[in-house]
Amino acid sequence: MNIIVCIKQVPDTTEIKIDPVKGTLIRDGVPSIMNPDDKGGLELALRMKDQYGAHVTVITMGPAQADVILREAFAMGVDRAILLSDRKFAGADTLATSYALAGAIKTLDYDLIIAGRQAIDGDTAQVGPEMAEHLGLPQVSYVIDAEKTAHGTLIVKKENEDSTQILEVEGKCVLTVLASAFKARYMNVAGIVEAYSKEVEVWGADKIDVDESKLGLKGSPTKVFKSFPKAMKAPGEIHEVSEEEAVEIIVRKLKEKHII
Amino acid sequence: MDKKDYKNVYVFAEQRGGVIQSVAYELLGKARDLADALGEKVVVLLLGSDIKNQAQNLIEMGADEVIVADSPELKDYLTEQYSQVVYQIIQNNKPNIVLFGATTIGRDLAPRLASRLKTGLTADCTRLEIEEKEDTHEKEFRMTRPAFGGNLMATIICPDNRPQMSTVRPGVMQKHVREIGRQGVVTMFEPNFDKSKFKVKLLETNMNCKCSDDIADAKILVSGGRGVHDREGFDKLQNLADVLGGMVASSRAMVDAGVMDHCYQVGQTGKTVRPNLYMACGISGAIQHLAGMEESDYIIAINKDKYAPIFSAADLGIVGDLHKIVPMLTERLKKEMEK
Repeated sequence: MNIIVCIKQVPDTTEIKIDPVKGTLIRDGVPSIMNPDDKGGLELALRMKDQYGAHVTVITMGPAQADVILREAFAMGVDRAILLSDRKFAGADTLATSYALAGAIKTLDYDLIIAGRQAIDGDTAQVGPEMAEHLGLPQVSYVIDAEKTAHGTLIVKKENEDSTQILEVEGKCVLTVLASAFKARYMNVAGIVEAYSKEVEVWGADKIDVDESKLGLKGSPTKVFKSFPKAMKAPGEIHEVSEEEAVEIIVRKLKEKHII
Repeated sequence: MDKKDYKNVYVFAEQRGGVIQSVAYELLGKARDLADALGEKVVVLLLGSDIKNQAQNLIEMGADEVIVADSPELKDYLTEQYSQVVYQIIQNNKPNIVLFGATTIGRDLAPRLASRLKTGLTADCTRLEIEEKEDTHEKEFRMTRPAFGGNLMATIICPDNRPQMSTVRPGVMQKHVREIGRQGVVTMFEPNFDKSKFKVKLLETNMNCKCSDDIADAKILVSGGRGVHDREGFDKLQNLADVLGGMVASSRAMVDAGVMDHCYQVGQTGKTVRPNLYMACGISGAIQHLAGMEESDYIIAINKDKYAPIFSAADLGIVGDLHKIVPMLTERLKKEMEK
């Protein structure tokens, strides 16, 4: 069984701060991490490897620095790592990103593709389904469990807002996975040492099966018109008073606002 | 592709178990505003089984036309079945804009379609507007969404591809008031299914929780975070909510801790709410939580830590112990209500 896992390097958005004067993102000192949902997807693939003996390939698109998360994946136990890196990929929106990933995956042998549901920097959840469509494969998103059946299908558990569904998938497919369902294993010590002696394959646009006019910024239907910090609300009043006084203040305000 | 061939604002009306979801009416309200600004029509896509009789309902909520695809194949949402139908309608009718709810269904269907249509899609929009371009005075559709975990807002455009598509989180847009007896057109669409592509079978659906009431519909929410500690703490909040005629909600921390059910969770991975009163008790106010409640009309925060970020979102902040203040407030309000 060959499994491909799509991962992304992202800034740890919980560590991002806004410059209160300039209103821009302060990226300095913000650590880059493997996107949590993708790490969950990788964990699912590695569990399948443990159980059925799969060959696991990770693939990411990004700058040369993204090498770090591929080394991390090696240390967790993957067999092969591919970094798609080319100026031609730059500025891609989700459609152009999913197209490039699909173009690379088309050149590989696989039985199953796993991606994270969404990345914490963009939160779109679009790349997985868009890639599935480029590849002409069925998809199941919001996956919390998956296992193979004796007759070769996959039984997949999916989590919705109000329900859990069990689905059966025939043939190759794309799953997008929730981090909360798959607590990722730690890198093992031998793995960390070995990770840096293994080869990360770096592929440019010429290595993959694509029409280059559909890559990067010019292959992206959506453009950023502007970005801006969130409007700050006018500060409210804050009271540090006794409990009795606090209750009186709240009651007075609720009356003023005609809530009671 | 000639952009001028693409007209009208379409809404995908999500139904679950035959019930049209609240987000569909919210999108319909927004679509009405956009269509009026463009001088175009609002068209709703309603897919399901035995669903046709709900079309008039959508017309009264603002649709000019409802296109109904009624088939046993469409009873439950499945990616390929729904994609085929919506794709065929879009190819046929060439809409200018298509809106979906940013739910597990909308966020599964919309990207699949965007990729099939080779067009742009903007996720989880919080603002949708028609603005005139400064140079050509052409009307442009602008979609604003949070990025970087809510730290930044980005306005996205889709200048050259059609349709322009976006998903919108439930609870963000406002429904319009129902216009009883409003007239519109109901069109039946006969899907032409390619069943060889149906590779996913739904075996079972299990409802996770039986929340009879939705916190997104509540006018008053008393919401608790880590500072509430446990179930007993939430009982105090429940007593207060009962006196105020509201509901109890929760931050993610207390859902992850297993104290509250996910359907009561407010925030980026929970629900977006905008009640008349939001009382945040023992909630520190992570940006992901604020994203789900900051549009509330009036926000009261009670927290022991005077540096908690929730105070920056609050209209009234009380630095203190909720375990003392909430029961005292409940008693005081009971007396107030008796007057």
